[in-house]
Amino acid sequence: MSTQAATEDLAAVIGLEVHVQLETDTKIFCGCSTDAADAEPNTHTCPTCLGLPGALPVLNEGAVEAAVRLGKALHADIPERTTFHRKNYFYPDLPKGFQLTQYDAPICQDGELEVRVEDRRRDIGITRAHLEEDPGSLQHVGGSIDTADYTKVDYNRAGTPLVEIVTEPDFRSPDETRAFLAKLEEVLEYLGIYDAERDGSLRVDANISMVSADDLAGEVDDAVLAEANRTEVKNISSHKGAQQALAYEVTRQRNAIQRGREVEQETRHWDESRGITVSMRSKEAEKDYRYFEEADLPPLEVSDWKERLEIPELPDARRERFREEYDLSEEAASKLTSTKEVADFFEEIAREYDPDLAATWVADNLLGELNYRDMAVTDLEGRFDEFTRLVELVAEDEITEKNAREVVLRGMLDEGETPDDIVEAEDLGKTSGDEVQAAVEAAIAENPDAVADYEDGDEGAINFLVGQVMQKTGGSADPGQVNGLLREELDE
Amino acid sequence: MSDSTVDADEVRHVADLARVDLDDEDVGRYADQFADILDHFETLEEVPDVEAEPELVNVMRPDEVEESLDQDEALENAPETEDGFFKGPKVS
Repeated sequence: MSTQAATEDLAAVIGLEVHVQLETDTKIFCGCSTDAADAEPNTHTCPTCLGLPGALPVLNEGAVEAAVRLGKALHADIPERTTFHRKNYFYPDLPKGFQLTQYDAPICQDGELEVRVEDRRRDIGITRAHLEEDPGSLQHVGGSIDTADYTKVDYNRAGTPLVEIVTEPDFRSPDETRAFLAKLEEVLEYLGIYDAERDGSLRVDANISMVSADDLAGEVDDAVLAEANRTEVKNISSHKGAQQALAYEVTRQRNAIQRGREVEQETRHWDESRGITVSMRSKEAEKDYRYFEEADLPPLEVSDWKERLEIPELPDARRERFREEYDLSEEAASKLTSTKEVADFFEEIAREYDPDLAATWVADNLLGELNYRDMAVTDLEGRFDEFTRLVELVAEDEITEKNAREVVLRGMLDEGETPDDIVEAEDLGKTSGDEVQAAVEAAIAENPDAVADYEDGDEGAINFLVGQVMQKTGGSADPGQVNGLLREELDE
Repeated sequence: MSDSTVDADEVRHVADLARVDLDDEDVGRYADQFADILDHFETLEEVPDVEAEPELVNVMRPDEVEESLDQDEALENAPETEDGFFKGPKVS
């Protein structure tokens, strides 16, 4: 890859390593709670995750189940036998002097995940996914990592179960990585093994090289890839971050090649606040980690768990079914399957009320109002019954759609009140038929001029009369119904 | 006298990985000792296989929370602490 490439079109070849924190109650090798978000430092530790002499790791069954479920969702093989290794390095984020991880026998191998980018379908190969422990967290006090005076260490996070998902170099653009990460997150969320809200629950490293676009006509040749120098970009923590970091790298590498320079094979650090990648000194080569099998963790033979463990209907399948079963638009089906919680909730309402009404209320009204407030469906935890009651009030024609949307739903979200309380406090109950009828008759009696105009063929006059009736009923009547009643009276 | 040879560069590399500072005299001494250790392992490899206990597989525990150490206990052996954190030199 050198001056010759400068005259050709260049294309990016990208592979990802995605670290995902699994949502178990306890750490991967000890019984310490993983729920340490607001905890004081070093209050979720024990001899095992502190690496004290003589402590023995015992594998968390929940983490293994989560990994097998993930493997099933990614159509991966769960090998007959998988093992754990020690990855040796000295850094204070792991007190043992090594990280427990998997090396040559990972729990998931050879999977794939289908993504769509602008209506193009891409199957991204999953090379492997393996279990490992998360390190602790460091604070560099008094400056950046290079200029700090000293380091403070908290081991609450040390030992949180991670799964590292490694893809084939199948991405051809930063946009595709973003779509993949969004899709992966959706699948993880459906599987119930991942908490997107948790800080640092998804971390990404990306490998990127630029090759001649001609080489990309079909599959990328391994020889071409081996020849191209690649950079590994670390410290990416979101879909957007991946897209931005890789877009930056594409430009940086393309510029270097077009100026006839070689792209350094190196590790780079994504600095999100500055929007650039910077070169990192790489300290260790693969062999320096001196991987060896962990004798304290016996091998796993869990390939048959793939049959035993159930996984829910996954987002793509559910989206397709929603379109057919409820006759929804692609957009509505997408919105309603964006998380499992939303999809379950929609189906619950659609079972009892008109699916069209349920779709409008969940996909448009509820998600729209939540989005406007920067809230998620998880913020409604425990209040789904209230929302169902609101849909019921509309379905039973007890309040107008407009009031339901603009007064009741907003009041529920902003004030935390129940729909019935709001309806009562704001007097939103639809006025009974008799009252509307009385108001219609009164409006006609009080406005002979408007009545005359209407009889002379002035259609605008009816709107004036509707307005009068609405005023008399305090806005609680249905304007369409009032219009009909007025015409009935006047046309007699 | 050992059959294996370990040169000074290998010792320095391993020492770097372990963040251990060695002077030249240490390097010479450890080179010999490393070679001896490697020899011992070679000897072990000549030992014939003996009947072993059946291998364990699938040793796991349920995902149930157990009590952790409290902060004071966790920090008890630390030479330096600050605000509930372990305190150490800067790393880079």
